[in-house]
Amino acid sequence: MQDSGIQVLFQGTNFLRLLEGLLISLRIAVVSMGLSMVLGILLGMVMTSNNKVIRFLCRIYLEIVRIMPQLVLLFLVYFGAAKHIGMNLSGEMAAVIVFTFWGTAEMGDLVRSALISIPAHQYESGFGLGMTKLQVSCYIIIPQTVRRLLPSLINLLTRMIKTTSLVVLIGVVEVVKVGKQIIDASRYTTPTAALWVYGAIFILYFLICYPFSRISAVLEKKLKD
Amino acid sequence: MKKQEEILKVEHLIKSYENGKPVLNDLSFSLNKGEVVVIVGPSGCGKSTFLRCLNMLEPIDSGKIIFKDQPISRSEKNAHEIRQKIGMVFQSYELFPHKTIMGNIMMAPLKVQKRNKKEVEQAEQQLLERVGLLDKKDAYPRQLSGGQKQRVAIVRALIMNPEILLLDEITAALDPEMVREVLQVVLELAREGMTMVIVTHEMEFAKAVADRVLFLDQGVVVEESRPAEFFNHPETERAQQFLNTFHYDAIE
Amino acid sequence: MDVNFIQNYYPLYVEAAKMTITISFIGIVLSLVIGLICSMIKALKIPVLGKVVNIYIEVSRNTPLLIQLFFLYFGLPKLGIVFSSETCAIIGLSFLGGSYMAEAFRTGIDNVASIQMESGLSLGFTKGQVFRHIILPQAVATSIPVLCANIIFLIKETSVFSAVALADLMFVAKDLIGIYYKTDEALFMLVLSYLAILLPVSLICTWVERRVRYAGFGNTSAVSGN
Repeated sequence: MQDSGIQVLFQGTNFLRLLEGLLISLRIAVVSMGLSMVLGILLGMVMTSNNKVIRFLCRIYLEIVRIMPQLVLLFLVYFGAAKHIGMNLSGEMAAVIVFTFWGTAEMGDLVRSALISIPAHQYESGFGLGMTKLQVSCYIIIPQTVRRLLPSLINLLTRMIKTTSLVVLIGVVEVVKVGKQIIDASRYTTPTAALWVYGAIFILYFLICYPFSRISAVLEKKLKD
Repeated sequence: MKKQEEILKVEHLIKSYENGKPVLNDLSFSLNKGEVVVIVGPSGCGKSTFLRCLNMLEPIDSGKIIFKDQPISRSEKNAHEIRQKIGMVFQSYELFPHKTIMGNIMMAPLKVQKRNKKEVEQAEQQLLERVGLLDKKDAYPRQLSGGQKQRVAIVRALIMNPEILLLDEITAALDPEMVREVLQVVLELAREGMTMVIVTHEMEFAKAVADRVLFLDQGVVVEESRPAEFFNHPETERAQQFLNTFHYDAIE
Repeated sequence: MDVNFIQNYYPLYVEAAKMTITISFIGIVLSLVIGLICSMIKALKIPVLGKVVNIYIEVSRNTPLLIQLFFLYFGLPKLGIVFSSETCAIIGLSFLGGSYMAEAFRTGIDNVASIQMESGLSLGFTKGQVFRHIILPQAVATSIPVLCANIIFLIKETSVFSAVALADLMFVAKDLIGIYYKTDEALFMLVLSYLAILLPVSLICTWVERRVRYAGFGNTSAVSGN
């Protein structure tokens, strides 16, 4: 009985459906990440401003993201916004909004600290070589900033991918939901399906996240040397 | 001459790093009680490695190290007993930054030797007074200058009542004006009959403190003689070349 | 907003908050213990165990907590291993948190120069003693910002436990939304509850970080903000 349980993964289109579900999770993560990067760079630049009000607002925004569980934010947007704005948000849309809200904050903070950590003499040595301001930015400042940010960016992406598992709780049909459907459908034929399906999803997530965390670790090490 | 009592003996020591190139090549050496041996040589000649081997901080490939007729094994238990009798001071001081000066000095006697706290405190005061740092006993290491830190490091090693003291380039990281205050302490120790093995680049100091000079090059002892002979009439060409690097002759 | 509703149902949130706090507390303590043991195994380079620890850290850090929970709660019973919601939650949180804490300690340990180990050894300490009295105190001080961030992260992660039927804050909110359609009130109390738990923790963390940064021996450059 038990050793036949694993077959549930390969019956019909089951495995393909799981992969399709995973693709939806990944789509949420990648879209949110893209938006977060664009908005985060803007936010980071805004945060270096000397205006006290702006800085205070940014602090509050970051603190909200720092202490509110992502799941709570998902609930707020999915249930709350739907009711008040009257817009019927799809779960996926709500997820992208929340993930972008979260990612922008982290990204903004990273960009800010990267910007202020580049010492002034880096600019000066560029000017000293007769470069224009644009050239200094393109050849000296931006490459350094990107190199410094890359590990944290990849790390953020990995965490987003992992957090996509939560969206099943606001009704998005992604890999976990598909898994549940498969388990329900084979309740009588394969009672052990839950073990195999959740085991498979567990491994799938690992297979996606592990390479990213390796890359991030390698980059970080390179940065130190 | 005092009576010769051998305290440390090294037989055919061979040590190589991972790339297989030997750092110490069949080195033999013996040290008598009360003797001060200074090891000199070009950088990379293996003198620091040799010192680290004596304190079992480096594994050796083959050979024997015998401390008072007792071969030193590589086992952890044996090592930590013998290390209590062989003190070591490092180039970079290595005080423990999270402890005050007093904490740094008293930690090992209390925790390793389980000595009485009163007695240790007394010993500490005496030693600190000797090196002129009694007023710093409640300071943290980062509040001290390099020379002061190094003197504390020496006290920290001395309070264990070691039978041998190993000094590994203890002035190499110091600003020139602080070198003297540290070396003065070592000279006094030598006068009192402390057994020491010293690695240094300070040739004048070596001349003053050594009973015997060992010139090491490429992992072997090239020359071994009294300081007066070594510094004035080095026998080998390699030693001559080495000593010449310390003179700045006008370019001809 | 229906104030009566809030008045009637806030005791549910208080109960649920107690549950969230209890599970968080136990999970975080266990995480710290697991993390400390793992980082010690890695620092002392213990042969086989070191490999096991590495695998554990990679698996735990690269899979979502929710999936770990589903596997524990729905999967394992099929093999005859049955856990209650609470046990699942605590196992899950410690399994996840252990690796995060281990990494935090490891970074701290790596920041302590290896020659400090030798310096301790040369005074006759055993490796274990050096680790306990010399390496660890320094490592913990530099790890504190990361440890604090991890604590906040783990408390936040407890919000997924409702998915394995733990009666925590999310669970209550979901229930109230499902039964009474009082979305606003339920969500309002939910946010308030999490604020009440996490804001003090966050403030304490900031305070501790600042204290450590200015502590007598602290190496200021090694301590980075969050």
